[in-house]
Amino acid sequence: MTALTEPRAVSGGPDHLDELRSDPIGLMRRVRDECGDVGEFRLAGRRVVLLSGAEANEFFFRAPDEELDQAEAYPFMTPIFGEGVVFDATPEQRREALHNQALKGSFLKGHAATIAAEVDRMVAGWGDEGEIDLLDFFAELTIYTSSACLIGRKFRERLDRRFAELYHDLERGTDAIAYVDPYADIESFRKRDAARAALVRLVQGIMDGRPPNPPRDDRDLLDVLMSIREEDGTPKFSADQVTGMFISMMFAGHHTTSGTAAWTLIELLRHPDVLDGVVGELDGLYEDGREVSFQALRAIPRLESAVKEALRLHPPLILLLRVARSDQEVLGHRIPAGTMVGCSLAVSNRIAEDFPEPDAFRPERYASPREEDLANRWTWVPFGAGRHRCVGANFAMIQLKAIFSVLLRDWEFELAQPPGTYRNDHSKMVVQLARPCAVRYRRRRP
Amino acid sequence: MRIEADLDLCQGHAMCELEAPDVFEVPPKGKVRVLDDAPDAALRDEVASAVRYCPTRALKLLEP
Repeated sequence: MTALTEPRAVSGGPDHLDELRSDPIGLMRRVRDECGDVGEFRLAGRRVVLLSGAEANEFFFRAPDEELDQAEAYPFMTPIFGEGVVFDATPEQRREALHNQALKGSFLKGHAATIAAEVDRMVAGWGDEGEIDLLDFFAELTIYTSSACLIGRKFRERLDRRFAELYHDLERGTDAIAYVDPYADIESFRKRDAARAALVRLVQGIMDGRPPNPPRDDRDLLDVLMSIREEDGTPKFSADQVTGMFISMMFAGHHTTSGTAAWTLIELLRHPDVLDGVVGELDGLYEDGREVSFQALRAIPRLESAVKEALRLHPPLILLLRVARSDQEVLGHRIPAGTMVGCSLAVSNRIAEDFPEPDAFRPERYASPREEDLANRWTWVPFGAGRHRCVGANFAMIQLKAIFSVLLRDWEFELAQPPGTYRNDHSKMVVQLARPCAVRYRRRRP
Repeated sequence: MRIEADLDLCQGHAMCELEAPDVFEVPPKGKVRVLDDAPDAALRDEVASAVRYCPTRALKLLEP
């Protein structure tokens, strides 16, 4: 038996918090270059063992919550969700909550129709040509789609741009400074707390306007939550708790889908040959006048491959974190209880041995027989993998297919700035498109 | 074809049951039970969808 070794520490530091806040992908890539599949950096005084590569990733993704726990790994989320929501819950409560009814297969057809209708509404005000900010546009659209699908149409009808802007302030309130103090007195945290308070007021207003007993077939999730009472008859959930639940339900599907939609469009516009193929594919499919809600549930291979490749190159989550609950070992390295363990999605997605030309946009890698997403189940990981693989992955793909079915059928797009100037802002743990990120549109047909 | 379920990965989302109810059963709060681990070839499309849409990629379709 060989003795376990300590993971090797990456250069730089002594602490890497600042580097994580400025160039996280550079940091994580250096960990792999210098230390291999298992390396280490320091985050606000804590050791983080960082994994990449198939074997180390499989260990990470197979581990149950009792071994690698999500609670405590994401301290920047608690002030956003509120106490007692998601990462404050026990592993058992989280497993329960994950079985989100709204994501069940039988609801997906209705969701596809809802999403297509929301895209139509967003573009209804467009003239024959104009310019959009990709971050604004997709962030607002995905607020409407996720609220309509996950909470209900009635709730969604009460939302407007304001909600999207407040929600954006929440997402911006994810500075890694939270590993030192989630309530530090910095501007992005002050804006985060003000935004959450404003959202609670907004939800309170909606709750106050709801009739006490709406007919059964006209109830959304808010009506259901409001109907739950304590034994003495008082409402079980306050506006603050309801807001926390809604924020958390929408969180996983919001910036992720919004960013992926933006990057898919950017990459398609950077690669006109691929774009032509996708537009031709959509024109062929919709030639007979079929509904987007029908087709979005079915295969659209070229578009799906383009989305997958945008996801591989620009995964919306670049780093997943856990805390070891007991002593662990991986690839001959010792991980003592209490250590943070990270899995680097952004680095794993670009391992050259698994993905030839790793930095190039090559949607053809998903066509049979290459199918590099299926062939590399532990390193093609834009949705994570294993026990905690994104439960919304199918929903996300349907949503993206519906969005691009409408956008590319009726509109032509072109980049409004040099192709190389589109990039992500990595200064917060929630990655967002950096501004400027403009594209121009023009109507394809009257 | 044969079906293999990785119960380490299964989290009981029951998407497979929706796709191929004759082959998979997922009790409430439980994990997948493969009712027929060598199903008839006529069920191939259903089973392939179940494998494809498993949120945790816990199912495998083996040949022959």
